[in-house]
Amino acid sequence: MNKIKNLADLKKLQSEVQSKIKLRENGNHPESVVQIKVSMATCGIASGAKEIMTYMIDELDHQGIDSVVTQTGCMGYCYAEPTIELTIPGQQPVVYGFVTKTKAHEIIEKHIKLNEMLDGIIPVTYLLIDN
Amino acid sequence: MAEYTMHILVCGGTGCKASQSELIKSNFKTRLNEYGLGDEIQVVLTGCFGFCEKGPIVKILPDNTFYTQVTPEDVSEIIDEHIIKGRQVERLLYKDPETKKTVGTANGMDFYKKQIRIALRNCGFINPENIEEYIGRDGYGALGICLTEKSPDDVIRIVKESGLRGRGGGGFPTGLKWELTRKSVSDQKYVVCNADEGDPGAFMDRSILEGDPHSVIEAMAICGYCIGADKGLVYIRAEYPLAIERLKIAIRQACEYGLLGDGILGTDFNFNIEIRYGAGAFVCGEETALIHSMEGHRGEPSVKPPFPAEKGYNGKPTNVNNVETFANIPVIINKGSAWFASIGTEKSKGTKVFALAGNINNVGLIEVPMGITLREIIYDIGGGIKDGREFKAVQTGGPSGGCLTKSFLDTPIDYDNLVAAGSMMGSGGMIVLDDTSCMVAIAKFYLEFTLDESCGKCTPCRIGNKRLYEILEKITDGKGTKEDLSRLRMLSNVIKDTSLCGLGQTSPNPVLSTLDHFYDEYLAHVTTSSCPAGQCKALVHYTIDAEHCTGCTLCFRNCPVGAISGEKRSAHYIDQSLCIKCGVCFEKCKFDAVLIA
Repeated sequence: MNKIKNLADLKKLQSEVQSKIKLRENGNHPESVVQIKVSMATCGIASGAKEIMTYMIDELDHQGIDSVVTQTGCMGYCYAEPTIELTIPGQQPVVYGFVTKTKAHEIIEKHIKLNEMLDGIIPVTYLLIDN
Repeated sequence: MAEYTMHILVCGGTGCKASQSELIKSNFKTRLNEYGLGDEIQVVLTGCFGFCEKGPIVKILPDNTFYTQVTPEDVSEIIDEHIIKGRQVERLLYKDPETKKTVGTANGMDFYKKQIRIALRNCGFINPENIEEYIGRDGYGALGICLTEKSPDDVIRIVKESGLRGRGGGGFPTGLKWELTRKSVSDQKYVVCNADEGDPGAFMDRSILEGDPHSVIEAMAICGYCIGADKGLVYIRAEYPLAIERLKIAIRQACEYGLLGDGILGTDFNFNIEIRYGAGAFVCGEETALIHSMEGHRGEPSVKPPFPAEKGYNGKPTNVNNVETFANIPVIINKGSAWFASIGTEKSKGTKVFALAGNINNVGLIEVPMGITLREIIYDIGGGIKDGREFKAVQTGGPSGGCLTKSFLDTPIDYDNLVAAGSMMGSGGMIVLDDTSCMVAIAKFYLEFTLDESCGKCTPCRIGNKRLYEILEKITDGKGTKEDLSRLRMLSNVIKDTSLCGLGQTSPNPVLSTLDHFYDEYLAHVTTSSCPAGQCKALVHYTIDAEHCTGCTLCFRNCPVGAISGEKRSAHYIDQSLCIKCGVCFEKCKFDAVLIA
């Protein structure tokens, strides 16, 4: 990585990153892929988020489903750890709680492959500052 | 393959389930199948929306319509009107309690304004180990603006105007602190981030560092620019290994990208950050003790003044701010002080992150605007009290705070109101208690914590708290007298008035606040030797009601000490001399025949 030398450099990098993310979430683009974020703060990891993340990566890879699985911080739903956020290209993100391996398997088989939502979605009930 | 074009979300939280949300779901399914729409519209049971008093809740996607208090009978109308004809069912829409107008979509509901994520804006959104994701969400833009377009005084003015106050608990105005440190003249100054989060039950600072470490780094650099420091230190407890790891990665990446180091963004501003580890002592969250600990001395507080802004780390002017305070800074710069000041109450601006815990359904981390009421937090966000029990109190401010009772359910929460109510903001732990909690035992729990954590430097805190604890123990053992209650109060006030630092000055707060609000409960312990909540073991007696006992032998088989005797199908009996008051018989009995007295 070259160092960011000035504000213009920073802005340029910012818009590059933003368009990359848009590309990933935009439905009708060949590059668009399923995106999964696993909540991996201490609490999430303690409830088994690491195993779920590994399982998801392996299983999606094994089934040849084009996807990006990343870690993220605490989503705040401590009562429902491990939690994941699933974004199908062109759709609103959906949060699932209490994700066990069985549940993760179900999410892949039903939601990702058949676009069928599963019971137990956690409704997101806060405002974000960018909207 | 089914291609669903529409989704009907039915709330499956505890509250809504109790009001037949499962029947609502199956009614939807049956109706949809009758219309042959089962393959086009999917019905899903969700987790708790938190908005339980208006439940059961039904949300229709993709148009985001939000129906409240839906009954199983309403299902046909929703399908006939909304799904088939595309018209919203007006009478089931949410009505704004103030304007009395119906709100069509979930986005317009004030319910959604109950949580605003400023400090937690990136937690759960970005990968904390990838600086580019932070940059993609405006990251380091605020630092860029400050360095290239604004003078340090401009930035301090913005922070002052925003009304931001210290989120560590004390609530000192952040801008003023920066200004004081800026005014101190010295060849070297320091920015310190206080990540020594010690309140039992509070973990927002850890979550921010684990989920969005760059926001803290960026804010520390901005602070350094303002006060004239080129060095930042994060004081973090070693028991937060993941937060430390992510912070290290973030610092390394920021250096690689040239956002820390020399000549940041082509300016002549230099800034570097180092990490200092604490051993997890509660008192080290106090800024003078924190500084001594960083210097390699014992973690003991010292008398203020001199304030760290004049003489801090290594005797140089030092600005100490809490993690959450820093996390707010980049947003304030980006969105302006007026925007920030528009959220909250007159004297407390912005939002506060609370760690919601205890006897509440949705335990979790929430970020709410200042001025929200306890009722909204507990019933609209927290999903209500567990097992449908009665709300008793909320403990805020940890070992330095106090309890808020039912009468404070509608008090707007901000720094000053909490202090006026005999508690404090603290770092944001919020422990909800139901009617099974004994308030004397709660006070004793917090005092035990303080006792462990007192550094021992000053006498009132070291010895006073010990004596205070002994009196409480006497009361929960059933040996207390009425005089003990006045002694508790007197000693508490002496400790408050004479202790050296914040730890001792606030340690009797849990005792004083429970004495104020739950005097009857204390009185019951000392006059009738009983614990109204049935928690103090020494005061509780388990007996079996011979009329209700069916002789099922369940208690007999589960008693760990063999204190229960009796024949099959005839009333059982507890031998009080053997009973250890573990309560197993009470929990196991299916006929409510075990009584607590």
